[in-house]
Amino acid sequence: MNESVILLSIVSAVGIGTPILLAGLGEMYTEHSGVMNLGIEGMMLGGGVVGFWVSTQHTSLPLALAVGAAVGALFALVHAFLAVTLRVNQIVSGLALVITGTGFAAFIGSLNDSALTYERPLSSFEPVFGEGMRDLPLVGPLVFGHDWVVYLSWVLVAASAFWLFRTRWGLSLRAVGEDPAAADTVGISVTATRYIYTMVGGAGAGLGGTYLIAGIFSNYQHGITAGLGWIAFALVIFAGWRPWRALAAAYIFGVLRNLGFSLQIIGVDIPADFLNALPFVLTIAALILISARSSAARKYSAPSALAVPYSRESR
Amino acid sequence: MPLDRAGAAGAAAQIDRSDGRLGGEAARLTSITKSFYGQAANEDVDFDLRWGEIHALLGENGAGKSTLCSVLAGLYHPDSGEIRLDGEQVELRSPHHALEQGVGMVYQHFRLVERFTVAENLALGHPDTKVLASRKELERQVAELGRRYGLEAAPEAGVWQLSVGEQQRVEILKLLHRGVRILILDEPTAVLTPQEARSLFATMRALADEGRAIIFVSHKLDEVMEVSDRVSVLRDGRMVGSMEIAEADPARLARMMVGRDLAVPDRPRIEAGAPVLSITGLTAAGDRGIEAVRNVDIEVRASQIVGVAGVAGNGQRELAEAIAGLRRIEHGQIFLGGVDITRASPRQRIRLGLGFVPEDRMRTGMAGGLPLPANLALKAYRRPPLSRGPLLSKRAMDDRARRLEHRFDIRGVRWGLPTSLLSGGNIQRAILARELSAGPKVLVAAAPTRGLDVAAIQAIRRLLLEEREAGTAILMISEDLEEIMELSDEIVVLYEGRIMGRLEPGQASPEVLGMLMAGRTVDPA
Repeated sequence: MNESVILLSIVSAVGIGTPILLAGLGEMYTEHSGVMNLGIEGMMLGGGVVGFWVSTQHTSLPLALAVGAAVGALFALVHAFLAVTLRVNQIVSGLALVITGTGFAAFIGSLNDSALTYERPLSSFEPVFGEGMRDLPLVGPLVFGHDWVVYLSWVLVAASAFWLFRTRWGLSLRAVGEDPAAADTVGISVTATRYIYTMVGGAGAGLGGTYLIAGIFSNYQHGITAGLGWIAFALVIFAGWRPWRALAAAYIFGVLRNLGFSLQIIGVDIPADFLNALPFVLTIAALILISARSSAARKYSAPSALAVPYSRESR
Repeated sequence: MPLDRAGAAGAAAQIDRSDGRLGGEAARLTSITKSFYGQAANEDVDFDLRWGEIHALLGENGAGKSTLCSVLAGLYHPDSGEIRLDGEQVELRSPHHALEQGVGMVYQHFRLVERFTVAENLALGHPDTKVLASRKELERQVAELGRRYGLEAAPEAGVWQLSVGEQQRVEILKLLHRGVRILILDEPTAVLTPQEARSLFATMRALADEGRAIIFVSHKLDEVMEVSDRVSVLRDGRMVGSMEIAEADPARLARMMVGRDLAVPDRPRIEAGAPVLSITGLTAAGDRGIEAVRNVDIEVRASQIVGVAGVAGNGQRELAEAIAGLRRIEHGQIFLGGVDITRASPRQRIRLGLGFVPEDRMRTGMAGGLPLPANLALKAYRRPPLSRGPLLSKRAMDDRARRLEHRFDIRGVRWGLPTSLLSGGNIQRAILARELSAGPKVLVAAAPTRGLDVAAIQAIRRLLLEEREAGTAILMISEDLEEIMELSDEIVVLYEGRIMGRLEPGQASPEVLGMLMAGRTVDPA
């Protein structure tokens, strides 16, 4: 009985963990370029609501996800302009983006309530593998039971780890986030790099938002992300700016998110607010642990130029 | 992009042509002018550089050496003037563009990504770096490169693990890896130990002998005499002259560097009183953990101004901070009015009568975002009339600010707006107003007139002299020799954290001061 509850909560953690992971991966790229975008929650909502609307008009989930990502990237473009070109305080700009995205989503959502619920079920969200494989003990539900977006997110994690730490482009990206002057001197465009990866971050948030609304809830309600964007932000820190760690962290956060339900089922009553706070408590704990060891601090700490605007001729 | 390609091809061609043409013209800068915020850092500067030479650029702080180098390195665009590389006129759009033309600069703050390894830093942005280059392969290439130029550095080491001297080697290696033919070194020895400097000089000579042209920025006469082939002297943003090192001698260079004749002005003769500030054997570490102030003894008496001269970065800031209580003292003692304040907190020192004008007036001197009355109250708000218990009296603060505004002639105050909107001179007046209104026994003033216009400079100096007459003991730290000569009753010269010499203003000629500041001892003749 208890094992099946644990298994179930892990499986559902993968579901809620995936949008966090997608948004967090995107933010990870942004922050490696030295830009901090606090607006994930807004970009998830803004991209998600449009992606969801597309999915209600067409049954094509890939199209919906693509549109959601594109809208998220457009929101991020605003942040890039403010933060990179105008060198506005990135905290202010990011928070403004949260408010803007939330308001935008509420507005789109209020246009026509009925349009934003499914008229047709989407075949794309069906599990990828057949029943035979899904029924395998343990690995069945854990590994073969998911829809294709989950597998896509795994591919993206592997690809990101490779891109960031094994390619020339990743080296350039990280150099911009560590020491923009050094990157500039050897011919890497700080501005272009920061614009591109800020938009990549927005795309990740839009992707996560669309999957959350269209894939998990299948309907839109005001404020449906319920703080997942902030958890994605914390995820980047908790994961020490490393993709594989982000994968594990996303599912840990996912388990915590669902822990309330699972605990209720087995008869333990813990306030949901306490559990919802756990991801942030864990992130703070991780920060303390990392900063306590200087070798770890060097490896898993924030890019040195994070949130610092760059200007070549400043003196 | 066709321009870029032509530029790169041109650079390659230049390098070919220049081979075996030692002594030919590598670069020529004509009438370079560059201003920052309306102040000229370079004015109508001409400079030429030959293949195979080490060309020293000598000058005081703010003489425009770094600006001139940054123009040649593509970091700054000159407001006017012309740059020729190997005879061809070029416009250098960025540091990278200059690199493509074969010009590279080692900045005072290295352009290395600290968290990357040596190999990663060399691979970064290099056109030959493969997209999927393996770490092993990169490290092998870098090791080979290091052997070729005799600049060995462990390729797999993180830059953060290297000493400053090693980081500098990596920086030079990085530029050589880029095919740099003109190498600019901006004050490269400022951060090095004497041994490291030796090895740098050997490297510089070897590179010059290969036909590269090297610009060596320094304000240390000995080094310039030792290592360079030619020397050019900048002063106040203008080129004073160039010569072969064979024609140069230290005294002449010192005079060119300092320039003006320094006259001792008339000022009231005051008999100095009892010692108020006594510093004995003071040693303090700099930001990098290396000793920046070494065994310094200074005594300042009432009604006396002791001027601390020296080129910036020789321990002045650390000395001032140690006295103010902002920097830990390793050895030695400081007494204020007979009380040992070596371990006292800044607040205790202030209560004992220490006033402090920090060199960075915008960031350390003022809370720039606060309005003037609040800034002026910073050292007085704990007592009536500005406060009663926990409550501040806004009216008392405003009244006080108006009185001080009038008394210290602070102009351009916009009530309620941030103090940072004031001009530099008025901010400095405001800081002095705050410090002097507290009635200090000792005033430490660091670079009190740096960057101010003539009128403000005169006003600040007058204030300091008045304060001296009022009986305050003043320790004034300044890079401005004129100021040192004009105000000081006694002059102390700091070099690499040590006291190089003590002089009466009457004994101080520009040559003597210049030589002391550049680290040469002078016979007490």
